[in-house]
Amino acid sequence: MTTVTAPSPLTAGEKGRAGDKFFSGLTFAAGGLILVVLLFVTVFLVVNAYPALIAGADELPSQTSFFEYVWPLVLGTLLAAGLALLMATPVAIGVALFISHVAPRKLAKPVGYVIDLLAAIPSVVYGAWGMLFLAPLLVPIYDWLHRYLGWIPLFNDPSATGRTILTAAIVLAVMILPIITALSREIFVQTPKLHEEAALALGATRWEMIKMSVLPFARPGVVSAIMLGLGRALGETMAVALVLSSGALTWGLLAEGNNTIPAEIAANFPEASGLRYNELIAAGLALFLITLVVNLAARWIVNRHKEFSGAN
Amino acid sequence: MKLTRIGQAAAVLSIAALGLTACGGSNNPGTSNSSGAAGSSDAAGASESGAAQVTGTLTGSGASSQQSAMAAWAEGADGIKSVQPDLKVQYSPDGSGAGVKKLIAGQVQFAGSDAALDADEQKQVQTFCGPEGAMNIPVYIAPIAISFKLDGVDSLNLDASTVAKIFTKKITKWNDPAIAALNDGVSLPDKAITVIHRSDESGTTENFAEYLHTAAPEDWTYEPAKAWPSDIQAESAAKTSGVVGLASTTDGAITYADLAAATELSHVSIKVGDEFVAPTEEAASKIVEASKRVESTNANDMAVAIDYANAPAGSYPVTMVSYQIFCQTYKDQNTVDMVKAWGTFVSSQAGQKAAQDEVGSAPLAASISDEAAKAIATITVAK
Repeated sequence: MTTVTAPSPLTAGEKGRAGDKFFSGLTFAAGGLILVVLLFVTVFLVVNAYPALIAGADELPSQTSFFEYVWPLVLGTLLAAGLALLMATPVAIGVALFISHVAPRKLAKPVGYVIDLLAAIPSVVYGAWGMLFLAPLLVPIYDWLHRYLGWIPLFNDPSATGRTILTAAIVLAVMILPIITALSREIFVQTPKLHEEAALALGATRWEMIKMSVLPFARPGVVSAIMLGLGRALGETMAVALVLSSGALTWGLLAEGNNTIPAEIAANFPEASGLRYNELIAAGLALFLITLVVNLAARWIVNRHKEFSGAN
Repeated sequence: MKLTRIGQAAAVLSIAALGLTACGGSNNPGTSNSSGAAGSSDAAGASESGAAQVTGTLTGSGASSQQSAMAAWAEGADGIKSVQPDLKVQYSPDGSGAGVKKLIAGQVQFAGSDAALDADEQKQVQTFCGPEGAMNIPVYIAPIAISFKLDGVDSLNLDASTVAKIFTKKITKWNDPAIAALNDGVSLPDKAITVIHRSDESGTTENFAEYLHTAAPEDWTYEPAKAWPSDIQAESAAKTSGVVGLASTTDGAITYADLAAATELSHVSIKVGDEFVAPTEEAASKIVEASKRVESTNANDMAVAIDYANAPAGSYPVTMVSYQIFCQTYKDQNTVDMVKAWGTFVSSQAGQKAAQDEVGSAPLAASISDEAAKAIATITVAK
């Protein structure tokens, strides 16, 4: 080492090496910390959930086994989050494409700012908005849907207040819209200019250019963005708790009923004691597992399309 | 235009002021408080001759239903400060179950609970409270109003069976013959009934279901529980303020809530014997006075079981009783003195009146106050 005549300033000298070590130690600690926190959360959940998981049906406060108790909540959570994703994703990708490739620069910037602003609104505000403004507004629409599409079981018995799972899903969709949009926009902008110009040079229209070069390039990133949005929708508590008239599981999207795991925990945790407390923590563990599975699925999708990733 | 703006601003400001006073209450007695104490020096002097002054801090935890009454007792001008200016009481509204848990663990000196200790909890609490366990003292009686919002109708008469049928959705229209038969001369609209219940688990739900289950067992077949029966699909909202808020914005809504909180709604008068009784504080304390005691391992336990089916005339049966739970023995004399001073005050007529003025709870009958005072007087230092 000492005989090297022209060392690069980054590797040369004791001082530089010490800095390197310090830096690598710091990043290692940061990375390790995340794992430790995750481990603690998992241990906390499992330890506190365990009594409810092994308890017999007659011991639990709901007088049913834990799995009977939790599966309507799991389905309700997936239903609300799934509907929200279904509504938010096309709009979010549309808005992101508009900002990155269609809108004139003068318009794109302010629209981008407004979308980012949406992400900064606290969820309790979304909840209050959904409860006091959106739900009453949707009542006539739900009545209309019921009148003309009532033969579909999804649209039976419309609620008189509009506090339904569909309203909750719409609020969730609005909440996750900025997340998906902001991330997708960043990824769309990363598309190599050469790809786009090559497509245009071959005679592609703007839409064909987007379809051929931007979307394939951005697909893994967009999937990640959607999964982040889904994560927020799955875990959203306050907005759902305020907007939804919770109850037992039902397929009627316009009827009161259904509940999500976070809303159930938030509503009952303050007064829970004994096995009920364990039961709620166990419901939290179920949500944790769902989120884990969803994230693994997302990672798998991203890895499958690695060849297009912006990383290489 | 300008006037309404000023009005709006005034409304916002007054709400903000309310919030500020509510927050400031715990760490700052406030000016009105200290002036009240100074003004009532005669009263303080009189009480000094009756009971010795105690100094220290009591900690309690439990039911959120008692929270507003607690504020009146612990901080208000007519609260404990008027007789024991140096006794500080802290109460965290963690919920009945959590409060009992903390008392069992010895983290607090007393618990507030919407349900009396059951046999199992009575046994667990003996580790902290000594072999005689703890006593449930009724301190907070709240009539549960069955409240509705219906344009053009201000009052309704219903019996337990009709109420049960409405809340189980067997009756779905306001002009149902069963409702009309009980309300001669009231023109009932042909409107759907929107049932609203609590989405969180609550002592109010349990007491309401308990009443329906006992008074109309054929129409309300569900076991009373803190959670709303999941078979009944209806609108719901969290907390008392949630159901009252939702009901007051929904025409045709009916719900059940603490009477003191349901001021924006009309109330159902309930059939007791041959007459219909409106929910009032007096009618609620009447049923508690007439109720039997629950058997307990502690001789001074005052847990009551309301006899809904045989309510005396003029009493309002849909009533929630909330307790404060004190140990029979504490480790040191000062804690005993503080608990005695606090418990006696809260269950006394003066304490009950302070809560009534502040939150509209029903005061305990004088006979129950006396009994509570005797029970609390037996609290001693652990041997």
